Amino acid sequence: MSGGHPRLIVLTTTIIAMVFTVIPLPTWLAIVRPAFLVLTVLYWSIMVPRAGGLLLGYGSGLALDVFQGSLLGEHALALAFVTYLAIRLHLLMRAKPLFEQSLFVFAALMVYEFVLWVIDGWSGHPLSTPARWVHAATGSLVWPLVVGILGRFRTTR
Amino acid sequence: MAVFGPDVDRPLYGRGPSAGLRFTVYALLSIALMYYDQHAHWVQHLRYVLDAAAYPVQVAVSSPRAAWNWVTQSFQTSDVLRAENKRLHDQVLALEMSVVRQDALEQENAELRGLRAALPNFIKKWQLAEIISVETNPLRQRVVINKGAAAGVVVNQAVVDGSGVLGQVDRVGPWSAEVILVTDPEHAIPVEVTRNSLRSIAVGSGNTGELLLPYLAVNSDVKGGDLLVSSGLGGVFPAGLPVARISGVRREPNQLLAQVRAMPLAHVERDREVVLLQFEPAHPAAPAPNPPIAAEPPPTPKAAPKAAEPDE
Repeated sequence: MSGGHPRLIVLTTTIIAMVFTVIPLPTWLAIVRPAFLVLTVLYWSIMVPRAGGLLLGYGSGLALDVFQGSLLGEHALALAFVTYLAIRLHLLMRAKPLFEQSLFVFAALMVYEFVLWVIDGWSGHPLSTPARWVHAATGSLVWPLVVGILGRFRTTR
Repeated sequence: MAVFGPDVDRPLYGRGPSAGLRFTVYALLSIALMYYDQHAHWVQHLRYVLDAAAYPVQVAVSSPRAAWNWVTQSFQTSDVLRAENKRLHDQVLALEMSVVRQDALEQENAELRGLRAALPNFIKKWQLAEIISVETNPLRQRVVINKGAAAGVVVNQAVVDGSGVLGQVDRVGPWSAEVILVTDPEHAIPVEVTRNSLRSIAVGSGNTGELLLPYLAVNSDVKGGDLLVSSGLGGVFPAGLPVARISGVRREPNQLLAQVRAMPLAHVERDREVVLLQFEPAHPAAPAPNPPIAAEPPPTPKAAPKAAEPDE
């Protein structure tokens, strides 16, 4: 898995994360399922902001809208916003220990879900069950795992 | 870091438009998209094309489940198959018996109503479709099926399984369609209690095993075990399709409305195939083409007592 074009690696891992995000699961598992797509986009935005950039966040968010049948542009906006935050703070985040990165990821996932929540309410689908916020916690818990797995693609040669 | 070379490692700032500016552009783009998705028709065509593009991926994503089903089916012993065969055989016999009785009953019913001959069956056509993906989370309860516009599927078509109403078609792509389930929190189906024809609306709860009936007065006559069938109002579902069974009624004396829960009869979690229905538009049991708004005001205690109302 070493070498290869960096953009290709970014794209491939993002597509795999997308599959994990939309794959059907039983209800309780779907609630705790981390937003793998957001985590992957966050990882690349922090570690290699040039490789994907804002377009990665926007494009994969748009693809998620198509797969999930949500309002076109909803996930795109939320994901682009989180990507923007990550790119702006990437130098700061890279130097932090994993634990502090997890905290940042938690905040980013909450912001992501908040944007979705606002758009849901604005477009007339106000659904505020506490369950929708659960994935932010599980997402920040699996962040070290994501760093470990995606890190192998990034550094080995 | 050598993997990514100089191309991706060059400084982020001071080249091209700033990240903030580009983010603003993307944000405006998505807001425009969302606006047009809600208000313009051409986005529907765009979605149709995008759905076609997404179909192969949806099939690929659902393939592990399909593969698992195939494996479990092909490794069944002949004993299991024989038992299943016998069970299905018995079931066919039982169904044939009930159909024989139903024909006679329909005839009798038509005669009682003064019609010359029994009305034709109001279901004009039905077709089987396979579920290719399931989304059941508290916010969205949807399934995607493998029939689309190419097979004649249209929006708002009723979808049922062997035991009850499953939902209705929400979005149609060329080879696939998205079905919104009755348990989706954005779905509501007009129902009536078979025992006393009390009409109400069953709203999805976001939980696969539960429907809510939030508009029943605290003194309304419902109890656990009552069967709910579609009432035919609302223009989507024909009258008389089984929907759910009341599982619990809670009445708080200080509340105006009772808290009624019901359990849907269709088995979303277990289904692999569903049935799409098409109706004879002229049949009285078919849903009206131009439906009245299916919202029932809370029943007033004494609404204009008409003379000659038969007591129960």
